[in-house]
Amino acid sequence: MSTNGRKTKSDLKLIGTPMRKVEGLDKSTGRAIYTDDLVFPGMLHGKILRSPHPHAKIVSIDTSRAETLDGVHGVVTGRDMPTTYGIIPWTPDEYPLCVDRVRYVGDGVAAVAAVDEDTALRALELIEVEYEELPAFFDPYEALAADGSTPYIHDAKKAGRNGNVTKKVHLEFGEVDELMDSSDVVVEGEYFFEGSTHAAIEPHCAIGLWQAGGGFRGQDGESSGKLTVWSATQVPHYLHRELARVLEVDQAHVRVLQPLVGGAFGGKSEPFDLEFCVAKLSMLTGRPVKILYTREEVFYAHRGRHPFHMKYRTGATADGKLTSVDAEIVLDGGAYASFGLVTTYYAGQLLCAPYEMQAYRFDSTRVYTNKPACGPKRGHGSVQPRFAFEVQLDKLSERLGLDPIEFRRRNFIGSNTRTINELRITSNGFMECLESVERESGWKDRFRRLPFGCGLGVAGSTYITGTNYPIYPNDMPQSGVQMQVDRSGRVAVFSGASEIGQGCDSMVAYIAAEELGVPLDYVRVLRGDTDFTPVDLGAYSSRVTFMVSNAAIDAARKLRGMVQEAVAEEWDVKPSEVLLAGGLALWAPDTERHMHVKEAFNLAEAKFGTLGSTGSYNTPKDVHGEYRGGTIGASPAFSFTAHVAEVEVDVETGIVDVKKIWVAHDCGRALNPVLVEGQMEGSAYMGFGEALMEEQVFKDADHGRAGLHDGPSLLDYRIPTSLDTPELQSLIVESIDPEGPYGAKEAGEGPLHPSIPAIANAIYDAVGVRMDRLPFSAPNVWRALEAARDSGTLCKPATPAGVGAPAPAPELVPGD
Amino acid sequence: MSTATEIVRLTVNGDRREVGVPTHFTLLETLRYAMGLTGSKQGCDKGDCGACTVILDGEPTLSCITPVWEAEGRAVTTVEGLASPEAPHPLQDAFDLNGAAQCGFCTPGILCSAAALLDRTPDPTREQIKEALAGNLCRCTGYTKIYEAVEAAAVALQNGARVGGESR
Repeated sequence: MSTNGRKTKSDLKLIGTPMRKVEGLDKSTGRAIYTDDLVFPGMLHGKILRSPHPHAKIVSIDTSRAETLDGVHGVVTGRDMPTTYGIIPWTPDEYPLCVDRVRYVGDGVAAVAAVDEDTALRALELIEVEYEELPAFFDPYEALAADGSTPYIHDAKKAGRNGNVTKKVHLEFGEVDELMDSSDVVVEGEYFFEGSTHAAIEPHCAIGLWQAGGGFRGQDGESSGKLTVWSATQVPHYLHRELARVLEVDQAHVRVLQPLVGGAFGGKSEPFDLEFCVAKLSMLTGRPVKILYTREEVFYAHRGRHPFHMKYRTGATADGKLTSVDAEIVLDGGAYASFGLVTTYYAGQLLCAPYEMQAYRFDSTRVYTNKPACGPKRGHGSVQPRFAFEVQLDKLSERLGLDPIEFRRRNFIGSNTRTINELRITSNGFMECLESVERESGWKDRFRRLPFGCGLGVAGSTYITGTNYPIYPNDMPQSGVQMQVDRSGRVAVFSGASEIGQGCDSMVAYIAAEELGVPLDYVRVLRGDTDFTPVDLGAYSSRVTFMVSNAAIDAARKLRGMVQEAVAEEWDVKPSEVLLAGGLALWAPDTERHMHVKEAFNLAEAKFGTLGSTGSYNTPKDVHGEYRGGTIGASPAFSFTAHVAEVEVDVETGIVDVKKIWVAHDCGRALNPVLVEGQMEGSAYMGFGEALMEEQVFKDADHGRAGLHDGPSLLDYRIPTSLDTPELQSLIVESIDPEGPYGAKEAGEGPLHPSIPAIANAIYDAVGVRMDRLPFSAPNVWRALEAARDSGTLCKPATPAGVGAPAPAPELVPGD
Repeated sequence: MSTATEIVRLTVNGDRREVGVPTHFTLLETLRYAMGLTGSKQGCDKGDCGACTVILDGEPTLSCITPVWEAEGRAVTTVEGLASPEAPHPLQDAFDLNGAAQCGFCTPGILCSAAALLDRTPDPTREQIKEALAGNLCRCTGYTKIYEAVEAAAVALQNGARVGGESR
């Protein structure tokens, strides 16, 4: 099933060159259709009433006045959909609307459908909800210390347990304590990652359409109907499953369509209340119903990066080899589980490359708090520990008197190996990444040598390219594609992969053109509709390009084989001598002999009948750690990244000006370098925003309503504008992965990771001040500068002996 | 319960239009919900993100905080009005070629800001482009590819590439 299509660069015609995106011009002319752009005859507009309390019992809900308001067609509450759901099958802890308890300010309690938005808003005001307020938990340590004297946020699964704990993971590899004790140098640090949100520019939107009757039968055999939902989702397949389960409609009678999605970054990767509400309200009213979140509601829906409280101990030998790593992490999860089970594992599991360590232990605990639920954001669960760990490495290299790049080199884990937690690493271009940022940034001449206030910092990272195990256990392919050619030469690709701006629709088109030899403009991609596209599991964990492209190669090669066979028969030559390229079928020994690819397709159709094929990709299932949790983090391929950041710190104001970030990323092979650079630059930008500007904070009782988001708008929650964003230079590294499509790996999430620690380390190089807590906002940096001034440590750090010197030649190990 | 409505008259992409809209409607709501021009996007409800940017009498304007009555009798150009029947606007082609639109949701607003810039300043510096786009948030690209596209379009325009659009 897995066909990875390894080719040398010279064999490739289109792959590896800059190409337009299939929907590029639609997006630049305003023709691209997003969910809120759709309007249907008779469509109603829905709104959701949200809790003003962070934690309360729902005593009663009276919707009678809303129901009788002129223009209102339907009202639903939690009791109309009393089935819990959750993206992780083991932790379903959310109702589409709250049934008897609200758990954060913004939790949904009722929804209405009316002729227009104004009427729906008036109707919400007429719904009377009686709440009985409960003590709330905002601090994860308080939630962790709860003894049950006040209600836990969720009922404990077993008597005597703390219901505020979502998940606890403790894993240990090697002799952690012994190796720590025998280390020549041990660095200890406490770090805080505040958390952040995705802030995709498109707010969530969904439309539900229920068509009763039509011969569609329900699970009880009675007449039922067909449910269609359009949604700005990253995961049409999981939404499809959960809609069917919660609303009790046969899965075969549910259709999910995904119009173009206006950004997601993990923030649309599970079902949300609005999708269930539009479906239920349509079932109730018989009319299409649309709900569009306000920007404020997007902040409540959240599922952003978890705040992490982290403690690290890291040991090394005097000659700069990592020995032992010990981590203790508390994750502030917010009100619901979301992907939290996975996040709790990722917090530890994804740290074990690109550096080799001899022993590793992590203790990771996710707790519920009465705030919007956290979930996966670009670099799920591993951006926070990566920040802490790469700062630890910077501290260690200074203690050892080593250049931090040299220190990282000495600990390179290598390729075709296993991490200490038994994850399989195959291709690994991390050394080239380090070399690239070192060279381009002028590191050797400038690190520790810039004037006081200016500095350079380095950091590295790794990330998964998809997960070997799907969210719900099954043996079916993770991604499938159907391909069809017609007599005109046109190729149609039916793809269920989730285009969220990253370019996966274009990837399958590039592959069809490459493999079938047609011009790119001969390829159409038909997408985003569960009624006619094969299943792809969704846009998350950096899996899409890798998996759907492998599926597309599989499908295209089957078609190519048929075309080659038919042409070979016509010419009386061997099928292997028939090439498809440049819009032609050519005879390899003498390319003067050729025909238009359209004629070749016609010959194949005459020989085989209507031409179509399917292709699929599934992950290796025998490659993971042999321990409980050892499958989490296992990936068919890992990407690698290194950044150098250059900063200038204003020591009077605490303002950090990031001048430039050099981003080197090993993406295996850049299928379209323009899109890879776009992912690298966008990632570095997003990390930069989290490092310096973005503040995901909530009011306390002394400053307004406790638990209320402090600024649920794009003015108060500051994301970088064009004037804020530093110069970004992307440096593509290609390690040619053995399992990736033409050798490709992910590029969408990995390049975010080092941004934050590289900036922290650059601040240290500039002014000798460690920033161990995010964000590095002017007030936070100013306070740190003041403390350093008071203690007399505000100065350029001393230059270690080895810094700036050429790297020593690698030692040759006998037998290598 | 009904909402008060009135007739508003605008010139949009060269078309003189009259539509009845609720009196509280913004220019963006009028374009999207009353005229079917869904190219302009709503990202934030209140003028923070710039996805709704249109060109109003030559000036880039946040249509989501412009009451439609302020646009009465004035010329509005939206992303749909930038292209000519023969070809996309050089900016639109450059955005496509240079990967300047990832998710594409901020793109219509950015194109309007950039088109207004190139009208005033045919050969902008990188700093002038950054300044002109400072009111348009993009969450995907890190802006680099957008600058490159605007610069490529400026070169194309100076080399005689045609600017289409009914109102331009």
